[in-house]
Amino acid sequence: MPYNPALVAPMRTEMTRMGAKELTSAAEVDATIGDQKGSMLVFVNSVCGCAAGNARPALELALRHSVVPQHVVTVFAGQDVDAVARARQYFGEYQPSSPSIALLRDGEVVHFVHRHQIEGRTPQAIAADLTAAFDRFFGAAVA
Amino acid sequence: MTGHVFHPGHSELHGITVVVETNGPLTYLGRYDSQDERGVHMLDVGVHDGAEGGSKDEYVSKSAKFGIRTVHKHLIVPADQVVSITPLGSLM
Repeated sequence: MPYNPALVAPMRTEMTRMGAKELTSAAEVDATIGDQKGSMLVFVNSVCGCAAGNARPALELALRHSVVPQHVVTVFAGQDVDAVARARQYFGEYQPSSPSIALLRDGEVVHFVHRHQIEGRTPQAIAADLTAAFDRFFGAAVA
Repeated sequence: MTGHVFHPGHSELHGITVVVETNGPLTYLGRYDSQDERGVHMLDVGVHDGAEGGSKDEYVSKSAKFGIRTVHKHLIVPADQVVSITPLGSLM
């Protein structure tokens, strides 16, 4: 059962404030991720404080890096159920987890950060891994 | 909401993805929920059965990379079978 919308509203705002586009329906997901060209980060948001509570600020830190994805979008697990289910169809063989972060290039997942790679880590540590992935997959040499 | 926790009062492993090794052929991966006299309560659990062949280490490694293929939404690993509980993130 979804949490009270008022409870999760600050978590949604935390994402949109850093520039992420929120996708709340399967149609929005298809329109945004389907046929996507270039680089994209999909953040699967979650109410879980022990993981998402560090993942959101980690992403905010990572997006200050010199190399960042062209598009940053977010879906909210347990809240926007259809949107999340559709987004996961674009993740191929990667199993569902939330929070999680997918990096896509021309619609293909090139890097995936699972929940277990977030749990118990500081935002700075998670951000360091993300920026390394940005450099590796979205840097000038591969553009 | 940074750092906000919705489950105060739980074990520090609550919500953490763990590897539960047993004294039998089964190894479980999933989110630790709690532990009581019945055993370890886990959510979204994948299982490796050593009796069916395949390396447990490969299963854990593949799950770490691609995620856990859930076969049980909720599972209790009997207390007398649990040998160790290790956060998956600490094994990578």
